[in-house]
Amino acid sequence: MSDVQDYASSLGDTSSRKFETFSYLPPMTPEQIRKQVEYLVSKGWNPAVEHTEPENASSNFWYMWKLPLFGETDVDVILAEVEACHKAHPENHLRLIGYDNYAQSQGANMVIYRGKTV
Amino acid sequence: MAKTYDSGVKDYRETYWEPNYTPKETDILACFKITPQAGIPREEIAAAVAAESSTGTWTTVWTDLLTDLDYYKGRAYHIEDVPGDDTCFYAFIAYPIDLFEEGSVVNVMTSLVGNVFGFKALRALRLEDIRFPIAYVMTCNGPPQGITLERDILNKYGRPMLGCTIKPKLGLSAKNYGRACYEGLRGGLDFTQDDENVNSQPFMRWRARFDFVMEAIHKAEAETGERKGHYLNVTAPTADEMMKRAEYAKEIGAPIIMHDYITGGWAANTQLAQWCQDNGLLLHIHRAMHAVLDRDPHHGIHFRVLTKILRLSGGDHLHSGTVVGKLEGDRNATLGWIDLMRESYIKEDRSRGIFFDQDWGAMPGVFPVASGGIHVWHMPALVNIFGDDSVLQFGGGTLGHPWGNAAGAAANRVAVEACVQARNEGRELEKEGKDILTAAAKHSPELGAAMETWKEIKFEFDTVDKLDVAHK
Repeated sequence: MSDVQDYASSLGDTSSRKFETFSYLPPMTPEQIRKQVEYLVSKGWNPAVEHTEPENASSNFWYMWKLPLFGETDVDVILAEVEACHKAHPENHLRLIGYDNYAQSQGANMVIYRGKTV
Repeated sequence: MAKTYDSGVKDYRETYWEPNYTPKETDILACFKITPQAGIPREEIAAAVAAESSTGTWTTVWTDLLTDLDYYKGRAYHIEDVPGDDTCFYAFIAYPIDLFEEGSVVNVMTSLVGNVFGFKALRALRLEDIRFPIAYVMTCNGPPQGITLERDILNKYGRPMLGCTIKPKLGLSAKNYGRACYEGLRGGLDFTQDDENVNSQPFMRWRARFDFVMEAIHKAEAETGERKGHYLNVTAPTADEMMKRAEYAKEIGAPIIMHDYITGGWAANTQLAQWCQDNGLLLHIHRAMHAVLDRDPHHGIHFRVLTKILRLSGGDHLHSGTVVGKLEGDRNATLGWIDLMRESYIKEDRSRGIFFDQDWGAMPGVFPVASGGIHVWHMPALVNIFGDDSVLQFGGGTLGHPWGNAAGAAANRVAVEACVQARNEGRELEKEGKDILTAAAKHSPELGAAMETWKEIKFEFDTVDKLDVAHK
């Protein structure tokens, strides 16, 4: 049994909290994030930035940063809005969404900045 | 001028073979693969199938003249060679929509695959496909919640969801079973699943299972901050008992329940699906017994028909086969029926075994569930084949991890996310799968151990039920 590794996760350890898609991977580098934004744009989805206080992360409705960036395809503009939201709310979780208006769903949804998890 | 009564036996084709018939938009169309007894002309046997699956019987009866038989009868309107197989042929039959009760797949199938399948003039008969006109689709309730709403309820976007069927299939106590669920969920799965034959046996009665599993869900949700579910199987000996279990699942806050729609029966399934829609529960559908009906290339009901039956009867998930795992499933045919589960309009495409255009209108889609003998090494192919709108389920591939379920779950979760990330970056998953997983394993010892454990296991047997393509 000495070869068996313990799975470290508990209620008491806030680092056990996950953030859905991509949260089981190491944090992405800026280049990797850029590629995911390029994918979102290539699918024709509408980017949107949302944020929340960590203690309210379980709500469906995080705060919208401005409005979704309808029709925006410039990756730099999208990333600049991510940064602007993060700067205004540095303690908050921040996620980037790709709204797929045909499926009436979100084609992409990834947390880019994490506040202090609870 | 009124018809006169002429008693006796007539050839079926005099009444039921109409090669010049143009199907109506509202007709239910069926394609049968017919293997006739020797010496019977194709038109006659096709007409016989049309007759015996609609209004006809073996002899003329005087009461035929009390109705407008031309309005009600099914018609064979086209026959076609089966590529690569001279023992059989395709017959296309059109049924007027008024032959069928609204919203009843039970009634449609009682006609189309009823007595006719025992007809002596046939050596074998297979229902290959049905076109349900939108007029009929609109009378059916369909999936309780559908793909879009399920994603919103569970907050899962941009990737396939992950599940695990708890093993051993039978024999665990309720508390040990709940433990197995908890471990899988805390490790990163979205769902765990009752196996199909877990109902309410003496070793684990349903209510104890439901209670322990709900505690597992609640704790895993608190621990991970993610939403979780377990398919509580409510399949039961009677519909009343099924509903009792469903009501209890709702009472304790279960997000999703489960039914076996073939062994449990389509009437029970439709009832349960409507109840789920009314009560906000998701419904996972297992397909035990399907291979009895759909595996023989010459006799039975093709799975694409069973898929359509389920979408009409109602379910949010349906087991679809994996293409790559331990169970039967031709790749192109599987792509065909997963389209039938998810899309709103599917064009005829013989390369995928689709015989008719199928318009589902606004009826929600069903998540295909890939389950059976799959593990982390299959992940790149699975993500490529199934895309995001799917549930990938690893039973042995989670529970068989050398460090246990949580590590097995984490390995699968890391693998699926790494594949999605790579796909989104434009990489080719089935070519670069090994590199993608190997790189991901550098940050995940759980994935590394899983890759080591299952390296050699493959299921490379040829498919029994292949698409009909010329091989001469």
